[in-house]
Amino acid sequence: MNFMASKQPENSLLGPEADSQRTLYPNVTGTSVVALKYKDGILMAADMGGSYGSTLRYKNVERMKAIGKHSLLGASGEISDFQEILRYLDDLILYDNMWDDGNSLGPKEVHNYLTRLMYNRRNKFNPLWNSLVLGGIKNGEKYLGTVSMIGVNFEDDHVATGFGNHLARPILRQEWHENLSFEDGVRLLEKCMRVLLYRDRSAINKLQIAKITEEGMTISQPYSLKTYWEFSAFENPTQGAVGSW
Amino acid sequence: MDLNMNVNAPHSMGTTIIGVTYNGGVVLGADSRTSTGMYVANRASEKITQLTDNVYVCRSGSAADSQLVSDYVRYFLHQHTIQLGQPATVKVAANLIRLLSYNNKNMLQTGLIVGGWDKYEGGKIYGIPLGGTLVEQPFTIGGSGSSYLYGFFDQAWKEGMTKDEAEQLVVKAVSLAIARDGASGGVVRTVIINSEGVTRNFYPGDKLQLWHDELEPQNSLLDILNAPSPEPMNI
Repeated sequence: MNFMASKQPENSLLGPEADSQRTLYPNVTGTSVVALKYKDGILMAADMGGSYGSTLRYKNVERMKAIGKHSLLGASGEISDFQEILRYLDDLILYDNMWDDGNSLGPKEVHNYLTRLMYNRRNKFNPLWNSLVLGGIKNGEKYLGTVSMIGVNFEDDHVATGFGNHLARPILRQEWHENLSFEDGVRLLEKCMRVLLYRDRSAINKLQIAKITEEGMTISQPYSLKTYWEFSAFENPTQGAVGSW
Repeated sequence: MDLNMNVNAPHSMGTTIIGVTYNGGVVLGADSRTSTGMYVANRASEKITQLTDNVYVCRSGSAADSQLVSDYVRYFLHQHTIQLGQPATVKVAANLIRLLSYNNKNMLQTGLIVGGWDKYEGGKIYGIPLGGTLVEQPFTIGGSGSSYLYGFFDQAWKEGMTKDEAEQLVVKAVSLAIARDGASGGVVRTVIINSEGVTRNFYPGDKLQLWHDELEPQNSLLDILNAPSPEPMNI
């Protein structure tokens, strides 16, 4: 007896044991993450939304977290898988600290670990349903990379996940340059986030911007962006074509 | 990679469940309808289940899955309490639920709300939806009936309510969801947990407030027909 009729397993060609080992689809998801290199390190932005299908269910989800002393991880996709990745990374950083040898994992190493993690899960047809952005700075060297749920990984001066790839990257390609100031970097990210707010259905107007420099990582308080709607064409969209929409 | 999302958006589950924190503890609420397809198998179910003396869980989705998960977690928490030598915290209970929900995500279809009180953090509510995400919130709603309550809570929820305000909010909300969700119905049960202990309350369907297009229940048409005519007016 159920509270509601039971759902059939999606793939009934394989036996029951194989079925239980595949991730079929994500349930609670985060949308785009956008990040760029600037003068002193990395700036990363993500909104605080956790969507449940088309419902904007959770509005206080932190999708960016510090990893060790030198790295910052942002994730889109299934939130439960992101929480699991954070547990794996907790163990990784713990073991790194237990060596007590004065060395610590930098962003390049963490990115490589995540790549192996994601790719190996993909090979078993049981992916962690996330797109990850890993940024950081160690000994003056800035690093910004990304890993997808199938293990595709690369590094660049600016990266984005999901809709951000389509809407934010073109803006960044035009306006990013070497040695951006903190203010210019923030303004550029906000420009990208505002476009995403206008055009991504799963975006919410509550975001955080995280900064990582040689000194450490800070994450801003949650805040909202102003949006502009007062175009005359918006107020009278069907002036030139009565009956249209 | 997000192309599959629209095709397989999570589908709703029978039930309305709510968890709310207030100034000093938590209030958990639920309806009491269990259905198999269109038939109501149990019209007075108990969907708020005890895990420990100070932690309860609201169950939604598959009755079997949610019962098994709570049974396992009750068992683990019992052993944990013996080892720890003091009552388990709400966080530990929630994380155990998450562990089972996440690691068996392909097989389970249950959304749970864990609520309780412990001496370290006071009253806490944790939502664990399909997939096994763990989210700590000041209040949360779940089950198919919750679709009708997002707007209501956005407007009616306030920080720092009293115990009675919180309970009235929960009862009102479950009652509104029952009015519109076919998979929710029956009575409203609430469980209040704070430093003093646990209080279980019961609000039968006929004692709830009437909403739009609902009528006062009568024993029979005959009572209406035989009712005394209204007094003539004195103009």
